[in-house]
Amino acid sequence: MTDLIQNAFAGVALGSTYALIALGFVIIYKATGVLNFAQGGVLAIGAYLAYTYTNHIGIAFAVAAALACLSVAVLGIGFERTVLRRMVGQPPFAVVMVTIGLLFVLESLVTVVWGFDHRYPTNPWNVQTVAVGDIVLGVRDLWTIALTAAAVLALFVFFRFSTLGLAMRVTAFDPEAALAQGISARRVYAMSWAIASALGALAGVTVAAGPGGLSPEIGLIALVAFPAMIVGGMDSPAGAVLAGLLIGLAEALTRGYQDQLFSWAGDNVSTIVPYLLMIAILLIRPYGLLGTKEVRRI
Amino acid sequence: MTADDTDLLSVRNLEVVYDDVVAVLHGLSLTVPSGAIVALLGANGAGKTTLLRAVSGLLRPHRGVITKGVVHFDGVDVTRADPAEMVRRGIAQVMEGRRVFAEVTVEENLRAGAYTRRSRSEVRESYDRVLGLFPALARYRRSVAGYLSGGEQQMLAIGRALMADPTILLLDEPSLGLAPQMVAQVREVIVEINRQGTSVLLVEQNAAMALSIATFGYVMETGKIALDGPAADLLADADIREFYLGATTRRSLADVKTYRRKKRWSA
Repeated sequence: MTDLIQNAFAGVALGSTYALIALGFVIIYKATGVLNFAQGGVLAIGAYLAYTYTNHIGIAFAVAAALACLSVAVLGIGFERTVLRRMVGQPPFAVVMVTIGLLFVLESLVTVVWGFDHRYPTNPWNVQTVAVGDIVLGVRDLWTIALTAAAVLALFVFFRFSTLGLAMRVTAFDPEAALAQGISARRVYAMSWAIASALGALAGVTVAAGPGGLSPEIGLIALVAFPAMIVGGMDSPAGAVLAGLLIGLAEALTRGYQDQLFSWAGDNVSTIVPYLLMIAILLIRPYGLLGTKEVRRI
Repeated sequence: MTADDTDLLSVRNLEVVYDDVVAVLHGLSLTVPSGAIVALLGANGAGKTTLLRAVSGLLRPHRGVITKGVVHFDGVDVTRADPAEMVRRGIAQVMEGRRVFAEVTVEENLRAGAYTRRSRSEVRESYDRVLGLFPALARYRRSVAGYLSGGEQQMLAIGRALMADPTILLLDEPSLGLAPQMVAQVREVIVEINRQGTSVLLVEQNAAMALSIATFGYVMETGKIALDGPAADLLADADIREFYLGATTRRSLADVKTYRRKKRWSA
């Protein structure tokens, strides 16, 4: 039982990270119809910026993390303003290719600026743990869960009650009708890129604070969050969170019971679990768990 | 009609081209006097919606551009201004097919309509005005707009446009697809909105309804004004009666050769 709880906790923490990244995917997709493959690169930049802010400039970790989210949000707006704005009305495929291009640029940028070495941002969480009975909870994992919960709650309040949040929802539903109300599509698009980028940076910071530290491959985690977006339903923020947690749990449980149950499948079977889950769920619900039931061409 | 100071909206020699090649408006002129209801009639494809888009700034999403001509609103040149500016200046459009935000609540639809306004108390005033005009909406305030009936959705679309507190309301076929009883209700609502001080440019296929409440009417054909005059005159016009009101007094086949009369109109 202790094992199960221990593994489930690890799963929720991992799933929270996936949820943050998948939310970023969904928000951009819902608002602009673009699949943003650059999210992994944005995440890496955010994590490295936080590292620079706290280790080199000496800003407190919490402030550095917030500053990294903000910087990356500005970067996201800048990219939307300079490149994607010119792509409006172009075939979605072309726009997707542009984001893939951006991913490569950002990945190279990371290695040019910060090199290939592992880096370890100074942070108050480290490998500290809290023991609750027989269960050992990582402080970083607890923070990851708490920050994700806070971000999800903040987004819910923003979309539900703020005027700009409402503008984003109605623009996603019918861009032209939204324009006719005087809603600025530019502001909505810029805002969605800012939010998605900030979420990516937040995810990056929580990962970088972990035992693995920072390496240029940190952005690859976005590829695992990608199934979470698909499983949740491409246009459903709630689905992204749900699927993120689900995939995180499945991955952590597989890893936890690797020796007892999955030894026949090799050592790293847990890494393919997200994709197996994605295939299985898509076979049953092709539009994802909470996605809009309609055929969309990408 | 000639342009003068009492004209709220004045469109002069407007030419609109889609996709760089498809010319839809060929030098169209039209005016809406302050406080009036003006009807714009015409067959499908005549360019009525394009004219509304040109006035409300919604051409760009359709890859349309104004290549010639000017749009004056309230004495200011607003040719090619973006939709947000048009709304702030007091032009609100109710698009064809209602286009309510079906996934959000009635109240949120109305809030979205007030997007450009900052003063909470003024928004509150408009909100009360809209609920006063459409008591049905008050009942469904918290329901998702997609579940409303067609007539209620049309009321919501009009109410949403009124939330911007417009000086002029552009209505694109508000009676489309509605039962006769609902059409009568829409008609009354337009009259009431106008009575409260909002000018109206009413695009309609339902010519009888439109001309019965308008003071002035325009008939469009293939991108131009083919005929215009006081609504009462248009209602009495033999051609209008036959083409738009369904009168069947003519017998001779030669008389039904429409192109001849179109030619006469344009000349």
